[in-house]
Amino acid sequence: MNDIARTPLVEMRDVRVAFGGVHAVENVSIDLFAGEVMGLVGGNGAGKSTLMRVLSGAHPADSGEILIDGQPAPISNPRDAKALNIETIYQTLALADNIDAAANVFLGRELTDRSGTLDDSAMEAATRKVMHRLNPNFKNFKVPVKSLSGGQRQSVAIARPVHFNARILIMDEPTAALGPAETEQVRNLIRQLKQEGIGIFLVSHDIHDVFDLADRISVMYHGKIVGTVNKDDVTIDEVLGMIILGKPPTEVTRQELAQLHG
Amino acid sequence: MTEATVAGQGSSDAPPVRSIHSFLSSTEIDTRMAGMIGALAVIWVGFHVLSDGNFLTPRNLWNLSVQSSSIAIMATGMVLIIVSRNIDLSVGSMLGFIGYTMAMIQAIWIPTSLGLGFQQPFTWIVALVVGIGIGALLGGFQGFITAYGGVPSFIVTLGGLLVWRGLIFRYAQGQTIAPMDATYQLLGGGPAGSLGDVGSWIVGGVACVAIAWSVLASNRRRQKYGFPVRPTWAMVTVIVAGSAAVLGFVWVANSYYWPPALATRYAIEHGITEPPGGLQISTGIAFPVLILLGVTLVMTYLATRRRFGRYVYSIGGNPDAAELGGINVRRTIMYTFGLMGILVAISAAIQTARLNAAVTGLGTSNELDVIAAAVIGGTSFSGGIGTITGAVLGAVVMQSLRSGMVLLRFDSPTQDIVVGIVLVAAVGLDAILRRRSTR
Repeated sequence: MNDIARTPLVEMRDVRVAFGGVHAVENVSIDLFAGEVMGLVGGNGAGKSTLMRVLSGAHPADSGEILIDGQPAPISNPRDAKALNIETIYQTLALADNIDAAANVFLGRELTDRSGTLDDSAMEAATRKVMHRLNPNFKNFKVPVKSLSGGQRQSVAIARPVHFNARILIMDEPTAALGPAETEQVRNLIRQLKQEGIGIFLVSHDIHDVFDLADRISVMYHGKIVGTVNKDDVTIDEVLGMIILGKPPTEVTRQELAQLHG
Repeated sequence: MTEATVAGQGSSDAPPVRSIHSFLSSTEIDTRMAGMIGALAVIWVGFHVLSDGNFLTPRNLWNLSVQSSSIAIMATGMVLIIVSRNIDLSVGSMLGFIGYTMAMIQAIWIPTSLGLGFQQPFTWIVALVVGIGIGALLGGFQGFITAYGGVPSFIVTLGGLLVWRGLIFRYAQGQTIAPMDATYQLLGGGPAGSLGDVGSWIVGGVACVAIAWSVLASNRRRQKYGFPVRPTWAMVTVIVAGSAAVLGFVWVANSYYWPPALATRYAIEHGITEPPGGLQISTGIAFPVLILLGVTLVMTYLATRRRFGRYVYSIGGNPDAAELGGINVRRTIMYTFGLMGILVAISAAIQTARLNAAVTGLGTSNELDVIAAAVIGGTSFSGGIGTITGAVLGAVVMQSLRSGMVLLRFDSPTQDIVVGIVLVAAVGLDAILRRRSTR
């Protein structure tokens, strides 16, 4: 890449998170540029979700530093992250099932009039606008999101970062619960957002998803980064080797590779 | 937008009453609410028939409205507590404690301890303000331990139930505190503590205008953004039905006249010669009922149109989502308990004013009535679901059952058995209907 001189949009340095005595994330450094999709892969418990929870403010780091546009940015709760235009689509979608789509999109950032009264109509109008772009078939604006289908719920979760003009988007397993058509919709959206210059962290189990969408791939193993590679420089097999063996491709022996396929 | 044009066509339609369901969805009347009003109607007519026409009388309905108000006021707060997946078992004891303190202020501390004498114009205000302050503090304290200390609210408020009741016995030593200040007594209702006919009609008229205005304002808001709106006939139906209910209630309250003895005394005091049939003075809406109406309005506004309410409901729906949305979950929970304390204080004032005394058993087992009212009114223990008006209706249903059974001369154990069965049946029925309606 020829943009080495550019300042990264996000830089996480020496981030460390421990749960009790277990190091979930150990001295991890990672960066992300504008208009880039960074795939973050690894086995179960590798620490990728925890790392992303640090960036989204859901779980504070025990130590380490976060820089946004090269400036130190302390993030200790979800509000801090949102103030920096860091938006997250959680694997669980983080929707309150009992309220409608607009209330979920604006959850924690409701629009009010001057008296502090909720302006539900304005919120619904904004939600309709976003939905028109994301999922034109979406019509159920007045019902609790509990009664929506999986794909519609996903649309509501995605509408949040889109409406609030995320600059940095974290997507944790965005297609895990979706059917093929809806998965394709999400993939198209990721490409579109990337075009708009948004930096995206894509956390996924699905190596094919990541290969399809990511520019670079970081592999985590037992709380550490095994390596970060340009997608075009590696094969799926090499990345799988990193995920399973926890070593960069150069260190993997032929024997280990053979075992992998056995 | 295409939807807006479709809605425009819909609004010019003649009333298409195809089915009850489409009627309810056009008028945006909650089906659950409609069901509850239906159940209430069945209960009322049933008791009226069984009691040989003694239930649906102005006198009984007026008493019913006064008796329901104290529990209904607290039930509006309990809704928010249960919606956010908590519970408050301490309201009965807290009501006793606050009622006692307010009684002490006006019967002992201001007149005797401070030597200012009885019937000062400020006495009732001081008692009320101090009571509400204590309610906010005690409730907020329980909420603080729940939210920040991580102790389940069931345990915290179970402790509160014991502590506040114990404190009454500790500092009152079983004494009854009386009498209350004369102005304060008006809070409890009774012929003097009511609006009279002119005042009641004025309040009724204002309420009708408010109903029409709120329906039209919500319509205007939706029109501004080109959203589908209710058809005109549906809006008219809602306004007419709401106004009819309000004016009907005013008419009933005004049809209840002062007891003859009281009216005679009033006639003598004011030098009026009594007509042959005796002087007929309309009682009108009782002050506690007026307070309940105000509380219901404010609480509905808080629950549905303020961030606070939105947060309470989202916490009940998904606490993690609320937290990740940047909501201060702990503070919100603490506030719900503080608010509950304020409502308990208001009910404490009504109950002590009505009794004209504070007794050590004041408020005993009120927590069960309050929780039952909220639950009968459709509040779900799994969190996130419940309405303020539902809880108020729930309180009226409970009080109707009790008052009807008194008319039928059921003894108190039988009343408890019936209310207990109705409670479980109502929630069971609700669960079945809810399961059927979710696809």
